Amino acid sequence: MRRSTRLLAVLIAAAVSLPSTAQAQSASSQAPPAPPARFVVVLDAAHGGSDPGARIGGLPEKTITLALSVRLRSLLSARGISVVTTRESDVTLSSERRAEIANHADAQACLSLHASMTGSGVHLFVSSLAPAQPVRFEPWNAAQAAWVLRSMALEGALNSALRHAGLTVTLGRTLLPIIDNISCPAVAVEVAPDDESGRASTQAAAASLDDPGYQARVAQALAAALVEWRSEGASQGEDIGADQP
Amino acid sequence: MIPRYQTVLFVILLVASVVMGAVLWQLRNRDRQRLLEVENSLPTQAPEAAPEQQATLYVANDADGSVAAEVFSLPLPQNPNERARAILGKLLDLYAAPGSTHPVPGGDASIAHVFLLPAADGNPAATPSGATPSTENRAPSGPELAVVDLTRSFAANHPSGLETETLTILSICATLHANLPRITQVRFLVDGQPCATLAGHADLTRTYLTGETASTAAADR
Repeated sequence: MRRSTRLLAVLIAAAVSLPSTAQAQSASSQAPPAPPARFVVVLDAAHGGSDPGARIGGLPEKTITLALSVRLRSLLSARGISVVTTRESDVTLSSERRAEIANHADAQACLSLHASMTGSGVHLFVSSLAPAQPVRFEPWNAAQAAWVLRSMALEGALNSALRHAGLTVTLGRTLLPIIDNISCPAVAVEVAPDDESGRASTQAAAASLDDPGYQARVAQALAAALVEWRSEGASQGEDIGADQP
Repeated sequence: MIPRYQTVLFVILLVASVVMGAVLWQLRNRDRQRLLEVENSLPTQAPEAAPEQQATLYVANDADGSVAAEVFSLPLPQNPNERARAILGKLLDLYAAPGSTHPVPGGDASIAHVFLLPAADGNPAATPSGATPSTENRAPSGPELAVVDLTRSFAANHPSGLETETLTILSICATLHANLPRITQVRFLVDGQPCATLAGHADLTRTYLTGETASTAAADR
C-alpha cells in the first residue's frame, strides 16, 4: 500500500513537472538568438569577352564595369556582406547565365553594373514590368514582376546614398533581359561621366569614367546604400530578400 | 574571173549590211536615251502633297533622362502606316540634327517600314520572343500593334547605353501613341528580323505597351 502510494506520488510529481520541463526546454531553445539570415549581394559586371559593350574613349564598357565590380566587392566584403559576382575576368556570359547565377545565390540584392558616355552622374533603372503577385512558378521572362516593388525600394536606397555622396542621379524604368529574369530585388546601375567632366569635353568625360577616384566615390556610395538596405531589413525583422515580397 | 552579176549582188548585200548596222545602232541609242529619260524623271523625294498638320513628338533629352512633348507642323499622309512612318521620320530627323538633346545618327532614313496590325490581347509584355499576335476575330477599329522596322545601320550607329537606348524606345512608343491613339503596342525589328537588343542593352524582343511608356514619359517630364 505504502509502495503504491509512493509510486503514485512520484507519477503525479512527474506529470506536474512535465509541462514546466517542456516550457523550460522551449525557453532554452528560444534563449540563444537565431543566427542572422545570410545577406548576399550579387554584382553583375555587364558585358565581357566577345561583348565589349559601349566604347568609352579608348576603353570598352566591359573593362570599366569589371573594375567597378571588383572595387565594390572589396568594399562590401569588408563590411561583412557576402558577395557573388557573375564574372571575375574577361569572359563571355549570356544574360540567361547571369540571371541563373543571381537566382541560385538566393540574394537580397542584385546590381547590374553598366557604363555609358551618355548623360552624367549615375542612372538607376528598375524593370518596367508591371508589378505582379508572386506565384510558385514564375515565368522566366517576367520573374522580376513579383519583385518590382522591392526593387524600387532598393533603387530609393541607392538614390539616397548616391545623392548624399554628391552625385547626380537619374531614375528610370527599362526592359533589360538580365534584370527581368532575376527573382530578387534588382537594379541596373549605369555610371556616366561626372557633371564637370561631362560638360568639358568628350575626352574628359571618358577619362572620368576610368578615373579611380570617381569609381571609388560611386562604389562607396553603392556600398553604403547596401549596408543601409541590410540594416533596413534587420530593423523590420524580416529577411528582405529571401522571402517573397 | 568573177561574173558581173555576182559583183553587183555582193555590193548590194554589203551596202544593205552597212545600212542595217547603222539602223540598229540608231535604234539602240534611241532606246538607251529613252531609258535614261525615264530614270531621270523618277522622283528622288516623296511629293509632299499632304496637308500640314500638327503632330506631338516626345523628344528625349540625355542630360536629364527625360522625354518631353513638343508640337510640330508637318505634312501627314492619311494612310495610318505612312502617317506613323512620317511622324517617326521627323522624330529621328530631330535626333540626327546638330545640337540635338538626344544625338542619334541616321534620321528619317533609319525607319525602313512601319506597319500596323490588330493587337493581341493579354499581357504582351510577357509575349515570348518571336510570337506573333493573332489576327483572328479582330475589329479593324480595335487596338493596334505597330511594327517598327529599323535599318541595320541605325542600330549599328546608335550610341550604346541603357539610358540612351531606353530613351529612344520610350520616345518612339510615346510619339506613336500620342498621334495614333489606337496603337497600344509596339514591336521593333531590325532589317525585317527580330533583334535581341538595340545597341547592346534595351530589349527588342519584347512587345512594348504604349500606355506604360507614355505614363513613364509623362513622369519623366
